[in-house]
Amino acid sequence: MIKGMEIKEYIAPKTISETYSLLSESKSNKVIAGGAWIKISFKHVDKLISLDNLALDYIKEDNESFVIGAMTTLRAIETHGGLKQLASGILSQAIGSVMGINIRNIATIGGSIMGKFAFSDLLGVLLVLDAKLVFFKAGDVSIYDFVEMTKVPEDILLEIKLKKDNLKGYFKKISKTHLDFAILNIAITKRDNFKIAVGSRPNIAKLAIDTANYLNSQKTIDEETIENAVEIAGNEIKLGDNLRGSKEYREVLMKTYLKRGIREVVK
Amino acid sequence: MKINLKVNGIDKTFLIQKNEYLLDVLRRNDYPSVRRGCDNTSCGVCTVLLDGKPVPSCSVLAIRCENKIITTVEGIEKEAEKLAKHFGELGADQCGFCNPSMALTVYSLKLENKEANEEEIKNYLVGNLCRCTGYVAQHEAIKRYLGDES
Repeated sequence: MIKGMEIKEYIAPKTISETYSLLSESKSNKVIAGGAWIKISFKHVDKLISLDNLALDYIKEDNESFVIGAMTTLRAIETHGGLKQLASGILSQAIGSVMGINIRNIATIGGSIMGKFAFSDLLGVLLVLDAKLVFFKAGDVSIYDFVEMTKVPEDILLEIKLKKDNLKGYFKKISKTHLDFAILNIAITKRDNFKIAVGSRPNIAKLAIDTANYLNSQKTIDEETIENAVEIAGNEIKLGDNLRGSKEYREVLMKTYLKRGIREVVK
Repeated sequence: MKINLKVNGIDKTFLIQKNEYLLDVLRRNDYPSVRRGCDNTSCGVCTVLLDGKPVPSCSVLAIRCENKIITTVEGIEKEAEKLAKHFGELGADQCGFCNPSMALTVYSLKLENKEANEEEIKNYLVGNLCRCTGYVAQHEAIKRYLGDES
């Protein structure tokens, strides 16, 4: 049996301001969202603060956007009819590739974002969807700024906003088994402009800004421009080794699936 | 501290520690069909239905389950028997360690998507590992179970 974390006190506040006050009291106080990874995240917690009573489990949709509460489970997002249509369904596809349904029934989108997991299949997709994160204190923060932060803010993530931009999308996770973390994942969207993200490099997902800028500057996208774009991505996106795959293997994967993805979104 | 749960339709009060997981509480209170496997959310043998949805009980803090409805395989006895009949006829299991969790997940699939095709069955069962079989006979048995009249 894995030894559980030590918890001095468990609290499930009814207001966000109380939640924030408790979190701000001490570095040893931690927030629990879905809790899927908490067993391997913390050894000792003074106050474990649950978000269960804050009514943050919702998906709202209007003509222009989706708003997803931070405590919405991955499974609820994966199976949401409207979100299945967003950008060729890449959010639903990415979430559907995260382990099994039983985990996705407890893991939340808020926990998956705030964990800033390098292996995340979700962060790259949120980058190319240009998601806005809404925090209790910091207000709106772009997913790009959040991913680039060196430290996770001591704040409460309330909801995630996604625009309905009629994007075409592509998502690919490469892993040894469905249950395993990605060796690499790639997300691409395009309407007027390209957005390309590469994750599990093995570092956290990153936007390929130069690559996208090159593609956006081209009048037509043909095999030559795709080859050039992949070359730029090779210089721009730093890949590395870990137990799941070597740097060299990731380089081959990135080239192969970037080409396929770009072709897919320009069809 | 105490928590109140409804387990298989019966109201129960359990004494728990703040850092205990649902798996530990259920096993300590005579629900041994809830198995301990990897203990880290990977294998799915600890699966129970929490408010009707399959979850890995090894990773759900018991303290968060106040007034929740828990279903173990004993709570879906008739459905589990139907699935077991198909498993038996097709030789779809060996040691049986994963069967309770498999039955709960397949039952949940039946409620969610009774018309599930082969691919959807596979996807639904990704989180339930079986270390004995090659899954082929299991998937066939599950198709037959989903095709049952009731």
